[in-house]
Amino acid sequence: MPVTIPDKAQILDWLQAVKDPEIPTISLIDLGVVRGVEVDEATGKVSVHLTPTFAGCPAMDYMKRDVERMLLAHGVPAVEVDISMREAWTSDMLTEAGRQALRQHKLSPPPVLGNQVLDLDFLEYAECPNCHGNNTELRTPFGATLCRAVHYCHDCRQLFEQFKPV
Amino acid sequence: MPLTSQDPRIDLMYRLADDQLILGHRNSEWNGLGPILEEDIAFSSMAQDKLGHSLQMYSMLHALGEAEPDTVAFTRNAPQFHCCQLVELPIGEYDFSLTRHFLFDHAELLRFEALASSSYEPLAQVARKLRGELKYHALHANTWMKRLGTATEEAIERMQHSLNFTLPYALGIFEKTDAEPEIISSGLFVGEDELKSRWLESITKVLAQTALEMPEVTTLTPVFGGRHGQHTEFLQPLLDEMAEVFRLDPTADW
Repeated sequence: MPVTIPDKAQILDWLQAVKDPEIPTISLIDLGVVRGVEVDEATGKVSVHLTPTFAGCPAMDYMKRDVERMLLAHGVPAVEVDISMREAWTSDMLTEAGRQALRQHKLSPPPVLGNQVLDLDFLEYAECPNCHGNNTELRTPFGATLCRAVHYCHDCRQLFEQFKPV
Repeated sequence: MPLTSQDPRIDLMYRLADDQLILGHRNSEWNGLGPILEEDIAFSSMAQDKLGHSLQMYSMLHALGEAEPDTVAFTRNAPQFHCCQLVELPIGEYDFSLTRHFLFDHAELLRFEALASSSYEPLAQVARKLRGELKYHALHANTWMKRLGTATEEAIERMQHSLNFTLPYALGIFEKTDAEPEIISSGLFVGEDELKSRWLESITKVLAQTALEMPEVTTLTPVFGGRHGQHTEFLQPLLDEMAEVFRLDPTADW
């Protein structure tokens, strides 16, 4: 029986089901950490290129393992996952669906940087994930994980977490 | 491994990596001891960032033929380390740790901004990533320098005392090695003198927004030696503690 080798679109579709180990609403694809997928058409081997959101992110090994498990479970004969900074992650790599997924988890998505310089205004700005207002203040740039900052909403009178712009 | 290397890339990257590893370890010592919860978390987060940064540097060194990152981090003794003496000093009181963090991370941010256009592309790629993360370190340091540097008389006096004590060590960040001319001529890095002048401008701007006085830097004697393997009595005990598990069982997972 001929073996069908899945195409790249199929692989990406399967990878949509691999979520961030610490933010279960967002896929690694929408987080922007999957920088490339290649399928070897002769052998069916799949190579996946990942990049960390923050260089010291302790979740990278888990992400790598989850990608391997997911693809092997779909019958991919061999999987190779590498982690590099050839194409370094910036918060602009979050997709629109990813920003929505962060809001679902009550995390404020980072503002889109575009061509602007990452200056203090950017680091200090956040939209409240509860009321969507911006009457907010940066309380501390370091939160529960390296990728989160803690802000305060003056309207809701609540602390909230933001996925940091970087 | 040789303390001085013929390859200027190796010479430069050992200094960067060792600074990050040792200061990362020192920052982690605030875990559970921070004066307020947010500072406990901040220093622990910066520790994690710095260890991540040093791993990137050690991995690049490994690609150039040096030993595995864990071997390099955990099996050398103090004379084989290239960190400046500033990073190895004990955490002391919070005013000292904060001042060291402010002085070091302004230099670190400017260093990686410059390295983003290094002629050595793998280093430039990593630098473009790390500079974004380092902005948060500088932002954090600025916030607290301004807050405490404009607070009560006691706060200002303690911060001024820390600044006066720490500055000569901070000048040791910019100690050059024999590789310096080649590092500059090959476009690897702008060089320590240029970095120092950018750093002075940067910290002076922040200090001007406080009641603290910037000592006249030209009258200070920089604490050199670290880049050439001469360290304080505080480095070896740190290394012994850091490597305790690794030396008991190099294959252990933790």
